[in-house]
Amino acid sequence: MRSLKVVAFTAALGPLAWLVWAAWTGNLSANPLSDITNETGVWTLRFLCITLAVTPLRRLTGWHALIRFRRMVGLFAFFYGTLHLMTYVVVDRFAGLDFPDGIVAWSTAKNLAASVVDDIGKRPFITIGFIAWSTMLPLALTSTAGMIRRLGGKRWNRLHRLVYATGVLGVIHYWWLVKADVSRPLAYGVVVGVLLAARYRPPFLVRRPSPVRVVGTEVAGREGGRR
Amino acid sequence: MLIKRSSDIRSSEITDKKLYVNRREFIRAGGLAVAGAAAAAVGSQALVEAKGAAHGKKLENIKKGVVTVAGEKINAWEDITSYNNYYEFGQDKDDPARNVGRFKTEPWTVAVEGECARKGVMNLEDVLKGETLEERVYRHRCVEAWSMVIPWIGFPLANFVKKCEPTAKARFIEFETKADRSQMPGLSSPILDWPYKEGLRMDEAMHPLTILVVGLYDEVLPAQNGAPLRLAVPWKYGFKHAKSIVKVRFLEKQPINTWQQQNSAWYGFYSNVNPTVNPVRWSQATERRIGEFFMRKTLMFNGYGDQVASLYNGMDLKKNY
Repeated sequence: MRSLKVVAFTAALGPLAWLVWAAWTGNLSANPLSDITNETGVWTLRFLCITLAVTPLRRLTGWHALIRFRRMVGLFAFFYGTLHLMTYVVVDRFAGLDFPDGIVAWSTAKNLAASVVDDIGKRPFITIGFIAWSTMLPLALTSTAGMIRRLGGKRWNRLHRLVYATGVLGVIHYWWLVKADVSRPLAYGVVVGVLLAARYRPPFLVRRPSPVRVVGTEVAGREGGRR
Repeated sequence: MLIKRSSDIRSSEITDKKLYVNRREFIRAGGLAVAGAAAAAVGSQALVEAKGAAHGKKLENIKKGVVTVAGEKINAWEDITSYNNYYEFGQDKDDPARNVGRFKTEPWTVAVEGECARKGVMNLEDVLKGETLEERVYRHRCVEAWSMVIPWIGFPLANFVKKCEPTAKARFIEFETKADRSQMPGLSSPILDWPYKEGLRMDEAMHPLTILVVGLYDEVLPAQNGAPLRLAVPWKYGFKHAKSIVKVRFLEKQPINTWQQQNSAWYGFYSNVNPTVNPVRWSQATERRIGEFFMRKTLMFNGYGDQVASLYNGMDLKKNY
């Protein structure tokens, strides 16, 4: 299991390694800063989808050891999401500042903060994107064994359902930024939708203790008592 | 009875249970990893962005430096020909560079219709007849908040308009881009109402800065840049620059351009570069010049205000975006 985790960890760093390599060797487009922003965003969504796929896949395959990868994949979603956010802050906000007192100055930090806050309030798809990232923050912070113990399994589980919101908000963020063709955000929307729907078990399918049967006659047990 | 223990398998050769259980998991994980990688590869389409166009035929007798941009670096051929919005060839910036392989620009005709005396179909040679090709280095500002400096080769649109002899009723001019599915794979996506249309008011069309472009860097225009004939209107956003023009129509009423039709809250008819109007998700106050890190302040009318601001005297440019 340990070696498998090492393989998965290394694979999850692949997109970042590729991005760094492509940027370094000039294999991104003429606008590499925009490519880095887009790629880190898309990989956040992909890791979110993989995280959300763990539970349905376990049920489907019966391979319960999958659960041991969920935290890692989830943290990678947060990792790429944070890279995405930082890229935006540097490439979209910092690069657009005035530097009245030079770059290394207190005013730079103040202006950057103001510019980020202003933009999050102004452009709806940025607002949604920031909220989506924010929903991942408590999940990352409570991902340790110690925090699970401290919160208690039930409460921890309830808190970590926030990831459903992250998935939905991430898709909306993508949807609102495209110009004309929504087919790519739609594809992610369908994946997230299916993965969320796969969790829902309609009440009539949920097993409950069958009514007590005595040879030939049904005793009005639980069924009857319910009415 | 004595049962003899077989001793031909030494205990050291028996695979530890932990190992073979692990191996099964390893194979399963491997399968998942391969599936994941395949999905990722399909998702990201290509690992490496397309490079610029191959160099084409040199154009002769160019009048150099008719309009220049003082003190600003001209973008490289590779950047101008690999980073394009030309949805007829796909929506990624490098799709046009990848997908123009089957695009034919010869022979080429332009249909002239509407409020003009010389209706009919013109060969490209006739469109070019009598024109002196000029080098016009223009700032090119995309509505997506990036920009380039591009050395176009072309001639004033006004010359072409005069050839068509528009009537007194002609107040607008509309341009239509070629739409042939067999040559332009992006057309199979119904994201815009093809064929692509753009329009100008007659005085904008007659303005000396407005040109029909046939070349780039003294060479024949590459297909991804709108060959063989495209517009350049440097004080307007890039999408106003109709590419691969096959039809010109003189109109009495203001036409609806394709992007306005697609989303009128985001895209207007005038689409003049204006840092104070932000109907689109990109802030128009700043722009990233391709090749630079720090953004530039976007200039009103893309820096061509001295020449063109008078066209819009008395107009509310916040309403007429």
